[in-house]
Amino acid sequence: MGRTLFEKVWDSHVVTHGEGRPDLLYVDLHLVHEVTSPQAFEGLRLAGRKVRRPDLTVATMDHNVATGDDTPADPLSQQQLDALATNCAEFGVPLHATGSGREGIVHVIGPELGLTQPGMTIVCGDSHTSTHGAFGALAFGIGTSEVEHVLATQALSQRPARTLRIFFEGERAPGVTAKDLVLAAIGEIGVDGGVGHVIEYAGPAIEALSMEGRHEVCNMSIEAGARAGMIAPDETTFAYLRERGVEIDERWRDLPSDPDAVFDREVVIDVATVTPQVTWGTNPGMVASIDDVVPEPADEAAERALVYMGLEAGTPIREITVDRVFIGSCTNSRIEDLRAAAAVVQGRHVHPSVRAMVVPGSARVKVQAEAEGLDQVFTAAGFEWRRAGCSMCLGMNPDVLAPGERCASTSNRNFEGRQGAGGRTHLVSPEVAAATALEGHFAVPA
Amino acid sequence: MKAFRSVTSTAVVLDRPDVDTDQIIPKQFLKRIERSGFGEFLFFDWRKDPEFELNHQRGKILIAGRNFGCGSSREHAPWALEDYGFEAIVAPSYGDIFRQNSLKIGLLPVELPADQVRDLMERARAGAELTVDLEARTAGGHPFVLDDFSRECLLEGLDEIGLTLREEAAIAAYEQSHA
Repeated sequence: MGRTLFEKVWDSHVVTHGEGRPDLLYVDLHLVHEVTSPQAFEGLRLAGRKVRRPDLTVATMDHNVATGDDTPADPLSQQQLDALATNCAEFGVPLHATGSGREGIVHVIGPELGLTQPGMTIVCGDSHTSTHGAFGALAFGIGTSEVEHVLATQALSQRPARTLRIFFEGERAPGVTAKDLVLAAIGEIGVDGGVGHVIEYAGPAIEALSMEGRHEVCNMSIEAGARAGMIAPDETTFAYLRERGVEIDERWRDLPSDPDAVFDREVVIDVATVTPQVTWGTNPGMVASIDDVVPEPADEAAERALVYMGLEAGTPIREITVDRVFIGSCTNSRIEDLRAAAAVVQGRHVHPSVRAMVVPGSARVKVQAEAEGLDQVFTAAGFEWRRAGCSMCLGMNPDVLAPGERCASTSNRNFEGRQGAGGRTHLVSPEVAAATALEGHFAVPA
Repeated sequence: MKAFRSVTSTAVVLDRPDVDTDQIIPKQFLKRIERSGFGEFLFFDWRKDPEFELNHQRGKILIAGRNFGCGSSREHAPWALEDYGFEAIVAPSYGDIFRQNSLKIGLLPVELPADQVRDLMERARAGAELTVDLEARTAGGHPFVLDDFSRECLLEGLDEIGLTLREEAAIAAYEQSHA
């Protein structure tokens, strides 16, 4: 019987098949950031252990970084950033520190530096590690105990996940983005629809996506509860890698799922019916078309969400006004996202009641955007142009919403308080975020 | 890791689906570089509401709705639950990473069918004490499934890194054959 992409990557990384214990899986690349690693390094220190493969480990600073030009990180954030620098120096782990020119959001720099490659196993103490599956890698988030385990052994005890294929049939209508595809899929299967599974995204609409679009789709896998998301590598993947100086390994062409491979579950999305999406509730599955109204709450959780969001059922989504717009995060902060948003706001101005910011995903994205003049487009339109970091995706740094503020955000989570206690987040694509900034209410590009 | 064998206690009922780890421990508390002391910040925002379940229920067992612990991979969430005094959780399903993180620190995540979780919620609300017994693999009398390896690690409080380091020869061989 044929094997799936997931099964091929899994099988080629098994160090030991467990007799009475899970498979021990080899880890090709371990990405590290400041928030989920300090206790892991401390654990190594206490046990007198070292990092087994510092050459397969890469660290960066992202969650705590202050993105304003003059804003310093708060003292606790600084302590965590300093701890990462000290730990990396002590254990010999390469670090892309703030100011190095190679720093940025961990899921932006991995692909950008050519580190993320097809067929790899990649882990990081961050749930959005699923992003790297865009290359046909098996990439998933782990907790701090597992970070310590990988640092010490370069391996991880794991049980194979079940497989779920989401097949995107048909073509995207104009104005429909990768973000809309994945939000629609989460709306369809629910925020726990992928629990226990690794998703493979397939179909003509996925094959038509750029690498940036594939990043977005795989990034949000965890929001459907899946451990990882994967897309088969193809010529689009190889062209992206070549541009980053990576030599193409012919074995990567054998990675795609065999035609007779069997998935534990299959879901089909009719892409022609997908429209620009806006979340109205407090998880990414609470999502609707921008042309819809806020739905009648179907259960207690939805009722609670509407109260938190300060919304009434029946309100047209387009009539909801926003206070803030955030373009950034590991979902939507790559150069293509910034180009798309800049094209929308070119020559126009942010609505007077809106504060809008653009935060590039990495120092390199920032440099490239500035070389293309995108920063000028944004600042002329009234956007703040900031330094690279996770910024307002999770508010561990000075970029936060005030209580009650409503934000159109290109990030990945609309959980209560995610962007600041009492803040109200609506997830959208960069195009819708940009148009919404101009109009002051949810809108699509003119 | 702390060993777990069994716990008998009243239980706290949090009957909501999709409770994410951002609610369990909000982001501002992730800046600490220590592993302890997160309990006082457990459900920090929700505890401001006097009606919130944790403000008027006590127990070492938490009974929760489906997909408990979804979202962020922060191990700070199980650290906070454990530091607050919980020893076991019972729910119909969990966020995968949360479940894994809990197992690694000796906080037992029991998975039961929704109707059995409902039964335990009703008994807990009536003030009954429940027993979660890992040796027998039962919670409030309902048998649950947990793989032998995870059970063994929890019962003995095993250091999993130590176990894996015993596979050094196999890891080195893998590296050599894939160099």
